[in-house]
Amino acid sequence: MKSGRFLTLFVWVYLLFLYLPVILLPLFAFNTGKIIAFPLKGFGFQWFYELAKIEALHTAVWTSLKIAIITSVLATILGMFASRAATRFSFPGKGPIMGLIMVPLVLPEIIVAVSLIVVLIKVMGLGLSIWTIILGHVLICVPFSIAILNGAFRSLDKSLEEASVDLGETKWTTFRLITLPLVMPGIISSLLISFVISLDEFIIAFFLTGSEPTLSVYIWGMLRFPGRIPAVMALGTIMLIVSLLLLTASEYFRRRGLRRSGVQDVGGFI
Amino acid sequence: MKPIIDLINVDKSYGDLRALKGVSAQIMEGEFFSLLGPSGCGKTTLLRTIAGFEDLTDGVVLIDGKDMDGVPPNQRPANMVFQSYAIFPHLNVGENVAFGLRRKKMSILEKKEKVKEALKMVGLVGYENRSSHTLSGGQRQRVALARALILRPRVLLLDEPLSALDKKLREQMQTELRRLQRQVGITFILVTHDQEEALIMSDRIAVMFDGEIAQLDSPQELYSRPKTKEVANFIGIMNFLPAIASDAKDGLIKVKIPGLGDALIGEDQAPSGSIGTQIGIRPEMLTILLSDDQKAEKEVVGTVVEVNYYGDMSYYSIALDGVTEPLSVSMRNTAGRKVLEPNDKTRVGWGAESLILLD
Repeated sequence: MKSGRFLTLFVWVYLLFLYLPVILLPLFAFNTGKIIAFPLKGFGFQWFYELAKIEALHTAVWTSLKIAIITSVLATILGMFASRAATRFSFPGKGPIMGLIMVPLVLPEIIVAVSLIVVLIKVMGLGLSIWTIILGHVLICVPFSIAILNGAFRSLDKSLEEASVDLGETKWTTFRLITLPLVMPGIISSLLISFVISLDEFIIAFFLTGSEPTLSVYIWGMLRFPGRIPAVMALGTIMLIVSLLLLTASEYFRRRGLRRSGVQDVGGFI
Repeated sequence: MKPIIDLINVDKSYGDLRALKGVSAQIMEGEFFSLLGPSGCGKTTLLRTIAGFEDLTDGVVLIDGKDMDGVPPNQRPANMVFQSYAIFPHLNVGENVAFGLRRKKMSILEKKEKVKEALKMVGLVGYENRSSHTLSGGQRQRVALARALILRPRVLLLDEPLSALDKKLREQMQTELRRLQRQVGITFILVTHDQEEALIMSDRIAVMFDGEIAQLDSPQELYSRPKTKEVANFIGIMNFLPAIASDAKDGLIKVKIPGLGDALIGEDQAPSGSIGTQIGIRPEMLTILLSDDQKAEKEVVGTVVEVNYYGDMSYYSIALDGVTEPLSVSMRNTAGRKVLEPNDKTRVGWGAESLILLD
């Protein structure tokens, strides 16, 4: 039993190491003191009020939202095409092609960012805008979208679509009446995950941002001013809560999808 | 009777694999037709080519006299019951059954009436609003049947519809399917690997091996006069003995069975039409002659090797004197009849009409 107790201790230390910094975020966000240090001064919402007053921050939030929404829609549509093809058809070079699509999942983001900047500016001669960020974000979100939608499409019994065609529907009406409703939970889950990834992403946004910084780039800029740090903590707290809510919703929809089609849960990120 | 489906040299290849090798058959209007064979023999592929889910590599499929080349499944007068039943999980029972009516021009009331009628036909009265999750295996099967039959297709295709059910329910559904087929008068084409199921339900059976139809006949013909050793082996149990046929006289063929001497076979008991090099005999065609006054046309002596007692029947493995391979012999356990035991000596007999001559 000795090794069992050691392992338990190990797990607790590990979890503490992982989440202590995250817990500090709300702790100092609600602290009324100006510096990030113990002992805490008192409880209050002043840093949140201050956030509301920063005009540039609102622009950054709006930019980030635009990017995240467009990214999640594009990544999910592309992910649907890819996972549909991967689960239904076999075609020459399927393995390598799917492998290449999934590579950004493990590729360091800085490599993606640097190579995109070289291609966009030096090779294609384009300027940086929110669209260049969206391009980079779609690239890293598509693998996540495929991983989720693969599960949704794979658990969809092929004979359901065949039955619909057999009963008189066309390919397109079958997609609308049968396929889409059954993979909808996967689609919602993919939209939410892509949204969260894009919203939190920093490296690509930092490299490819034009005149409009995203929220993460703006936060990085705020960190240079010590007086702003408590406000950053407050902002971080809000983003933490939003991310957690979205991830929970995403997982809820993914599981509901699996339950609907009556299969065993085998994957997922959470 | 006129043919509803005409298969002419149907060929289907997947790359190098030739799943169907020039299959030709006619399926008649209103008959219960079965495609029987081991897994991988091409029976499901053949069914799917009729439904329109597989393109032909070569050959022609006619339904009701019309060439089906290029006609998609949604425009063929055939509907299918899938092996997994393919009940749409996000729709309730009524919506599932009504699915095929979506494109039909009729009022909602008419549609409701049709759904009610279809559910009544399969014994699910009042199930319209049930969620498809709450259905048992047998009920799912019935919903799938109602959904396919509501369109009144010319042909109903059934892909191993009973394989997922337990034995009791399967037997019940066999008779029920048969009754339903007679009631609606639609041609049913059933794919199955269960020979008993095919025998019970079908008007005619096509036995398939390796992408070809080995024999197409009525259940009785298939069982009593199989054309090849493969068919004989697949349907029921058959004992085989090597034999040399000599001359035919008075409607009887004389054969020499090494170790057992001469025997006679009815001339019409050579289904393959050729002279043959072996004889086949079913376990129930061999009679165990228990008392001395019981006689048979041909009698041999043997020793009981093994006994399998089934209650109503006993299956004996009997080694005949002069033959190395023991034969399977079955006997009904009627009142007072003795059940033999291993090492018992006994006489076994048969008549000329019990044997068949095979290649």
